[in-house]
Parts: sequence; C-alpha cells; structure tokens
Amino acid sequence: MKITMTATIAALAFSLMPFTATQASPADDVKAFQGYFTKKFKDTKFDDYINGIYAIDAASRKQWVEIEEFPPYELAVENGEELWNKPFANGKGFKDCFKGDVSAIRAKYPHYDDKTDTIVTLEGDINKCRTDNGEKPFKWKKGKIADVSAYIAYQGRGKTIAVKMPSSDKELAWYNKGKNFFYAKRGQLNMACADCHVYNSGNFIRADRLSPALGHPSHFPVYRSKWGSMGTLHRRYSGCNKNVRAKPFKAQSDEYKALEYFQAIMSNGLKWNGPGARK
Amino acid sequence: MRKLFRKLLVTMSAVAVVSAVGFSASVVAGGGSDLEQGKKLAFDKKKGNCLACHLIAGGDMAGNIAPPLVAMKARFPDIKTLKAQISDARVKNPNTIMPPFKPHGILTSGEIDKIAAYIHSL
Repeated sequence: MKITMTATIAALAFSLMPFTATQASPADDVKAFQGYFTKKFKDTKFDDYINGIYAIDAASRKQWVEIEEFPPYELAVENGEELWNKPFANGKGFKDCFKGDVSAIRAKYPHYDDKTDTIVTLEGDINKCRTDNGEKPFKWKKGKIADVSAYIAYQGRGKTIAVKMPSSDKELAWYNKGKNFFYAKRGQLNMACADCHVYNSGNFIRADRLSPALGHPSHFPVYRSKWGSMGTLHRRYSGCNKNVRAKPFKAQSDEYKALEYFQAIMSNGLKWNGPGARK
Repeated sequence: MRKLFRKLLVTMSAVAVVSAVGFSASVVAGGGSDLEQGKKLAFDKKKGNCLACHLIAGGDMAGNIAPPLVAMKARFPDIKTLKAQISDARVKNPNTIMPPFKPHGILTSGEIDKIAAYIHSL
C-alpha cells in the first residue's frame, strides 16, 4: 500500500512537472524586474528610474541637475535638427523615411520586424534611410548618428516606453537572446550586466555608484563626461563589455540589438527622456 | 593587588601593541618584501584591484560590493583557504561577482601567493 501511494505521488509529481518547469513569460519577467528595484530603492519613485544613477544617488543628482541647466547635448540636438532638414543628394530626406510626427518616432523603437526577423533600432533605421537613398551610412557609435538620434529623442521626450511584448516564437527567440546576454557572465572578469546593475545596483565600485538597470535605455543617446562627446546606447554597451575585459560586439550586432530589445521591454511603462547627460 | 594587576595588564598589552607595530613596520620597511609587493598587486587596478569592491585600511575610495578585508586571520585561520578563495571564488559561490583570478589568468600563482600574504596580514 505504501509503495503504491509513493508511486502515485511520484507519478503525480511528474505529470505536474511540465507545468512547474515552464519558463517565466516576458510579462512575469517585467513584473519581477521592476518589482526588484522598487523594493530595493523604496525612496525612488517609479517614474524617476529614467534618470539612471541620479534616481538613487542624491549626492551626484545635485551636480547633474546643475549640468542640465546648460545641457551638454544641446549642440547635438541642434546639429541633428540640421541634418534632419537637410536633403540628401537625391532631394529626399529623413522626413521621407520617418513619416508622420517627429515626436512619435522615438517610441517606435526598438521593435521586432517580422519580414526581416530582426530587431529594428532607431539608429538602424537612421542609417537605412541614408543607404536606401544612396547616401553613405553614418558611423554607428558617435558623431552624426548620435546627433540625429538626439534630435529625434528630444522631440519624442515624454512618450511612454511601450515595446510590444514578444509572443511569437521568433520574437521570443530575440527576447531570450537579449535576456541571456544580460544575465550571462562574460569576459576575463566574468561579470554579467546583472551582476553590477541588478544585484549590486546602488553599491559602490571604487568611488562610483552602480546604476539600476531599470530605465537604462530611456535616455540615450547620452553626452558622457568621460567620453567628452555623445554616444549611442551601443557605444555604451561596448564600453561596458570592455570594462569586464570581454571583446565587445559591433554596434548594431544581433547581440546588442537583442540586449536593447530586452532592456527596453524591462523598462516598459517608463518615459523616453533622451538625450541625457551622464558622468 | 587588583590595581597592580590592572597596571601589569595595561603594560603587557602596550608592549604587545608596540612590538606588533614594530614588527609590521620592519616587514614593510624591508623594501620589496612579499608583503609590500602583495599590497602593490592588491591595489593595482590591472592586477588584484581589490579596492574596487573591498575596503582595505590604507586604500582610498574603496568600493562596498564585498566585505571589508579586516581580521583576516580570524576569518581565514589557514592561509590556504584564503589563497583558494582569491584563486577562484566560484568554488564556494558559483554566482559570485568576484573574478576567477587564477583560471582566467588575471593573476599568476606567484602573484596570488603575495596578495594572499598581504591580505592575511590585515
């Protein structure tokens, strides 16, 4: 009797396993991710996570607020506007590629494109517009691409980050690729994005406080004091990878596009507020 | 009698402190001693970079990701355990943020020995 009972329990447990072992859905991930930070930093309002480290560090926030009075990205926005209005050699311009209201553009990216089975980024479409019209693409990480991106971001401030949740198998494959990148350890120092920006967010690495990953993509491109110039999100990714002594991937590589997609989904519900100024 | 005892105790501990300080001073003054080299390697950003995460007496702007390196002899009575921890902290905690210094070739065995000797002296 006892044996049959045990066997029945075992069989029952096995039959239940497929259900308990299923992966968390992206919606569950978002809830857990955002909940982790809101629980960890009780004094920080949800909407404030778009301000990176300044959302949790009052000391450096003061300095940053002062910097924002004469924003170092202002010139980039102006240059970007000029480029936006300047026609290509064939007479067409960015306006012909990005149709409709400029302020609606930023919030359309990143997104999954079914036809090409890839993640489309704002920077990707800026350069696609150029090459489609017979122009040379901009360099990917800084300079003119960051200028145009800054102009579009500035016009699109205040729109909600609302990346469509992945549901098809192909969308989920991109999502999982980005999620895996975020949590996987890499480089000679063997560190994951999450090691610093989730588990140790708010802690000091040497004299620097680690920013929370929630809201990371909201404020790009950024003027970074350390760079002394503007840079795209993928420029920052490449710097982070170098910091852990990993060989960086190329800007707009599948790896970084997937990471951008995952990070934007984790930040769903926050507001776009690029371009930003950072240390 | 009790007073005398207390005096004796104070004198004894003072002697102990002075001799300990004298000892460590003589070791450090040894120029290029293992302890000194270990400290240099521990503080070097390209080598141990221990200060990135650990507070160490005498180090500026230490991080607070990991525990302060104090009372190390009490925490690691056997220096071998400390060496193993520096070499590959993943053995005790697979998800640790501490880099696997030995297997990833960040530090050589010789460098780890020197750093361990220094850290053990803290």
